Amino acid sequence: MKVSCPFCGNVCDDINFDGEVEREKLCPLGESKLTREKKRIPYPMVEGERVSYDEAIERAVEILLNAKRPLLYGWASTVNEAIRLGVILAEKVGGVYDTTSSVCHGPSILATIEEGLPGGTLGQAKNRADVVVFWGCNPAEAHPRHPTRYSVMVKGFLVEGRRLRKTVVVDIRKTATALLSSKFYMIKPNSDFAILTALRSIINGNDSAVPNEVGGLSKSQLREFAELLLSAKYGVIFFGMGATHTRGQDRNVEALIKLVQTLNRHTRYILQPMRGHFNVTGADAVACWEAGYGYAIDFSRGYPRFNPTEFSAVQLLRRRDCDAMLVVGSDPVAHFPFDVVRHMAKIPVIQIDPHYNLTTKVANVVIPSAISGIEAEGTVYRMDGVPVRLKKFRESEFWSDYEILKAMLERVVERKGGDVVW
Amino acid sequence: MEFTLVTARTMEQGMFVEDKLSEDYFKATACCEMNPEDMNALGLKDGDRVRVTTQYGSVVLYVKRSVLDVPRGVVMIPLGIYANRILPSESGTGTPIYKNVRCRVEKTDEEVLSIEEIVREVVG
Amino acid sequence: MVSLEVRNGFVIDPMNGVFEVKDVFVKDGRIVESLDKPEMVVDAKGKVVVAGGIDVHAHVAGGKINMGRKMRPEEMRYPRFKSDNLRSGVGRVLLTSPAIGYEYARMGYTTVVEPAMPALYSIHTHEELDSIPIVDKMALPLFGNWHFVFKFVKNDEIEKLSNFIAWVLAKTKGFGVKVVNPCGVEAWMFHGNVYSLNDTDPLFGVSPKEVITGLISAIERLKLPHSLHIHCNLLGIPGNYEVTLETIKLTRRFENSERQVMHVTHVQFNSYAGESWKDMSSGAEFVAKEVNRNNVTVDMGQVILGHATTMTADSPFQYELFKIFKTKWSNLDVELETGSGIVPVYYSPKVRVHSLMWAIGLEIGLLVDVDKVVISTDYPNGGPFYSYPYIATLLMSEKFREEEMKRIANVERYSILPSLSEERTLEDVVKMTRVNPARILGLNDRGHLGENAKADLVIYDLPPEPNPRDYESILKALSNPSLVLKDGKIVVKEGRVVKHTWGETIWVKRDYDEELIGDELEDFFNYYTVQRDNYGVPHVRREVVLC
Ligand SMILES: [Zn+2]
Repeated sequence: MKVSCPFCGNVCDDINFDGEVEREKLCPLGESKLTREKKRIPYPMVEGERVSYDEAIERAVEILLNAKRPLLYGWASTVNEAIRLGVILAEKVGGVYDTTSSVCHGPSILATIEEGLPGGTLGQAKNRADVVVFWGCNPAEAHPRHPTRYSVMVKGFLVEGRRLRKTVVVDIRKTATALLSSKFYMIKPNSDFAILTALRSIINGNDSAVPNEVGGLSKSQLREFAELLLSAKYGVIFFGMGATHTRGQDRNVEALIKLVQTLNRHTRYILQPMRGHFNVTGADAVACWEAGYGYAIDFSRGYPRFNPTEFSAVQLLRRRDCDAMLVVGSDPVAHFPFDVVRHMAKIPVIQIDPHYNLTTKVANVVIPSAISGIEAEGTVYRMDGVPVRLKKFRESEFWSDYEILKAMLERVVERKGGDVVW
Repeated sequence: MEFTLVTARTMEQGMFVEDKLSEDYFKATACCEMNPEDMNALGLKDGDRVRVTTQYGSVVLYVKRSVLDVPRGVVMIPLGIYANRILPSESGTGTPIYKNVRCRVEKTDEEVLSIEEIVREVVG
Repeated sequence: MVSLEVRNGFVIDPMNGVFEVKDVFVKDGRIVESLDKPEMVVDAKGKVVVAGGIDVHAHVAGGKINMGRKMRPEEMRYPRFKSDNLRSGVGRVLLTSPAIGYEYARMGYTTVVEPAMPALYSIHTHEELDSIPIVDKMALPLFGNWHFVFKFVKNDEIEKLSNFIAWVLAKTKGFGVKVVNPCGVEAWMFHGNVYSLNDTDPLFGVSPKEVITGLISAIERLKLPHSLHIHCNLLGIPGNYEVTLETIKLTRRFENSERQVMHVTHVQFNSYAGESWKDMSSGAEFVAKEVNRNNVTVDMGQVILGHATTMTADSPFQYELFKIFKTKWSNLDVELETGSGIVPVYYSPKVRVHSLMWAIGLEIGLLVDVDKVVISTDYPNGGPFYSYPYIATLLMSEKFREEEMKRIANVERYSILPSLSEERTLEDVVKMTRVNPARILGLNDRGHLGENAKADLVIYDLPPEPNPRDYESILKALSNPSLVLKDGKIVVKEGRVVKHTWGETIWVKRDYDEELIGDELEDFFNYYTVQRDNYGVPHVRREVVLC
C-alpha cells in the first residue's frame, strides 16, 4: 500500500509500505520522520509524575476551565479531525486559538486579506509551468521532494521536465535550491519589497522610474528578470520565510501578489506560499470554517474575534495576557523568541505530543499521543490546500490527538452544560 | 564585527526536529554558518566557537564554513532555541522577525550551552 | 421525543394537492397517516404548515467559501450566535459553518446543495458539509473542464463518460453533475476564454456544445436523479442571454418524463441583453420564454443589494470582475479539473447595472412558469441565502416591489419589472422553495408532507392567502417561523435555534466498470499530484446513498 508522509507541506502520498516503509522514495526529512527511532513521551504525566490518561485529561480540563484566558496553540502537526475539536474546545473554554502560522506565514495571510491570493494547485506547476520562481524559499532543504514531484524536474502534461522549464531562485544566499536553478538572483537582505516594486514598474512600462540599482540587482538584471517572467506561458512563484520573516513582512507578500496580478494581465501566473508543517494549511482552514478566521482567534466573548497583533501566541505571551496554555503538536519553547518563553514557564502548560521536546520541560501536564500519519489516521491539507489522507500503519498504545481532545471536550461540556456540538 | 543575522531551515534541523534531546539536534542547531572570508577576517576555522550578540541577547555557537554561499556580512543560524535566544518578539504583524537582525560576532573560548542548559537559561 | 402531532394548521402541500386545515402526524422522523397517542401536540391554529425548504444552489462548503472567509475577515466580524449551549456563529454574508446550519434552520430550510465541488478537493468540501449542523446536504462535483470529460467527449465515448461519472460520484460522494463555463476555464489556463457554444478549448479542441450534450447523454443513460446542472458560458457579460438560449435549446434532443434534462442555475446572471455595461438591459423575458418552452428548470440567482462575495469555478470571469472592481482577487487553478476565483462585491442601489441585476432576478421569478423556477441567490454570489424570505415577499407583493424600487436607481428604462403586476401566492412560494427543488433534485422524500416524507416541517404565522399589500407581515412571518422540525425534532422555536442536530449527506451511486476507463485513469493519474489510491472521500458523518 501507499502511505503519505507527515512531515512537510509537500505531504508526498506515494511512499510504498509493505510491512515496513520503503526508503526509495523518501527524502532525508521523510526518512527521519518515518524510520528514525526518537525519544517518545513514555506516559501521561502531571508535574513530572506518571498518571493515567484519565487523570492527565482531568487535570488538563481543570487548568483550562480555571484559566481566565487559556491559549490553545500549535495544531500544524496533527489532523483536521483533531484540529476541529481543538477549535471547539477553545470556544467552549473561552480561550484563544492560534496556530504556528502566527510565527511563519502569518504575514502571507495578512497580505491575502489585503489582496486575495491568485493561486493554483501544485499540479499546475507540474503540468503547465514553464517558468518557476522560488522567492526567499529553499525547498532543497525544507521541502526536499518539491522539485522532483512538483516544480523542477517533474514531467508534466505540457511541460515535460527540467529542460523545458526555466527555474529562478531569488535569495540573499546561494542556497541548495539555487544550485538547481537555471537563474539565480542574489539580493541584499531586506530588499524584497523594493525589487518586487521595480519589477512591477518595468512590466507596467514604467522602466524609467526604476533606479540603476535595486537591492543588489542592476537595472539590466531587473529588465532581464522581467523579460524572463513575461516569457512564461504559465508561471508559478513560490515564496517562503525570506519574504515573511524580513522587514516589510506582509508588505513583501502583498508586493508578490501584486506582481502576480500584473503578470496575469499579460500571461498566466499563480503564487503559492511554501507552507512548512504537513498540516499548517489545515490548521488555518478548519478554524476558518468553524470560527471565521485562520489563526489568532479569541473566544473570550463567546464568539470569535481575530486580531493577529493581539491574539497571536507570541504577542499574547509577550503581554502576559494568557494564564494557561495548551500546546498540541508543536514546540514553542524551541521556536518562540526567548523572552516570551519565560512567561510560558510561569503559567500552567499542557502538552499533547508524541515526542519529548523542549516544551515538555516546562509542561505541567504532559499527554503523549499517537503519531499522526503513522499511528493515527486523518485528513491533512497539503501546502496548496489539496486534502490528503494520512494512514495508520503501525499500532500504538498511545491515544490519538483526536481521542485526547474529544475526552477533554466531553468533560468541558459536561461541566458547563450544552448540546454535544462536534 | 557587525553582521546581519538570518535564521533558516536546514536539512539537519528538519531531520532532528522531533528528536530535540539528541546529539544530532544539538549539532544541527547550536551552530552558525559564515562566509569563509569573514571567518578568515575573524581568525575562525571550522568548529571554532563564536559569541553572537544582538540587542536582545547573546549566545555561543559553533561556527561552520558555509558549504554554499552565505555572502559576506551575513551569519546564518538554523531555526531553533539557540537562534531564538537572541531574537526579538515584538513585531507589527504578530509574527516575529526571524531574519535580518543586526548582530556582532566574536571569537570566544566559552563553551556552547547544552540543550538542557540553554532551556534553563531561556526559562530563567 | 419520538412522536408529535401538529394540530389545526392550514397545510399547504402542493405536491399532494393539499390546501386545507389538516392535522399532521410525525413519528420517528417521518410523516405518518395518524397517531394514537402523540407524545406532544403542537397547536398550529391560524398558521400555515409546510415542508422544510430546499436550497438547490448555495456555495456553503469547500475551498471557495473558506478562502472567502480567509481573505475577508471584514465579513466575519458580525456575531450571530453566542457559544452558550450551542456553537458560536459569525458572519455578514459569508458565515461560519455552524452559522450556516443555524441560519438555514431559522428560516425553515432543511436541505441544501453545495453546487461546486472540485473532485480533487472533495474531502475538504465534505469536511465542511459535515460541520454544518441541522440541514441535509449534497454536493455536485465539477465536470465541465475536466480532461477526462474532454477526452471522452472528443472521442464520442459516452459509455466511458457514463462510467467515469459514476466512478466520480462514488469517489467524491457526489450527488450529480455540475458544469461551469464549459471549456472556458481550461482556456483560462492559457489566458483565454470561450465566447460561444462552438468555440473550442485550446488543449483538446472540444466545444461547450459537445461537452454539454455529451454530459447530458451520459447523465440520462445513468438515470441520475438530478439533471445536468449548468452555469452557462459568458456568465455576467452583457449580451449573454443569447448563449443561454442556445444552451437551453441543446436539450431538445433529449427526453425525460420524470424531470427536466437541464437545470440552468442562477439564470439571472445569464439573462443580460445589450452589448456593453453601458447599454446592458434585461434579457429575462427571452430566457423565461425559452425555459417555459423546453424541459428545463432554473433557479433565480437573485441579487440582494448590499455586500456579497462572488465565488465561482468560472475563473476567467472572476478575473474580469477583478479588473472591473480592482479589489481583492483570489484564484485557484485545479490541476486537470477546473478552476475558481473569488472577488468581493458591493451591489449598490445607486449603480444602474446592480439595480438592473436585482430587477432581472425578479423578472425571472415572475415570468418563468411557477413549477420551473426556484428561489436562490447563488449564495454568496448574489447575496445571503437568509434573504430568501425577502425574495419571496417581493415575488408575492407588487406593492413591496414598488416600495423597493423607490430606493433603487431607475430600472424602468432597462427592465420590464415595473410593468409586471404578477403576484406569486404563498402556495406558489411553497412550490418555488419546496416542491420544485425536490422534483428538480429527484428527491421524493422531501418537499412535501405526504405519508413517509421526512418530518422536515415548518410552521409560519401566516394565513394561507396573505394580503399582498401587507408585505411587512409576510416578510416578518417568513423570516421567523414559529416552529421548525428537522427529522421530527424541534430545532427552531419562534425564530430561535433551540437544538443542535446533524443532518445527512446524500449521494448517488451507480454501477460502473473501472476497467472500461482503466487506461484513461492510469494515463491521467500520471499528471495528478495525488495517487489514484488516495483520491476520493473515505467517509462522511452520516450518509444516505441513493442507488
Ligand atoms: Zn453558484
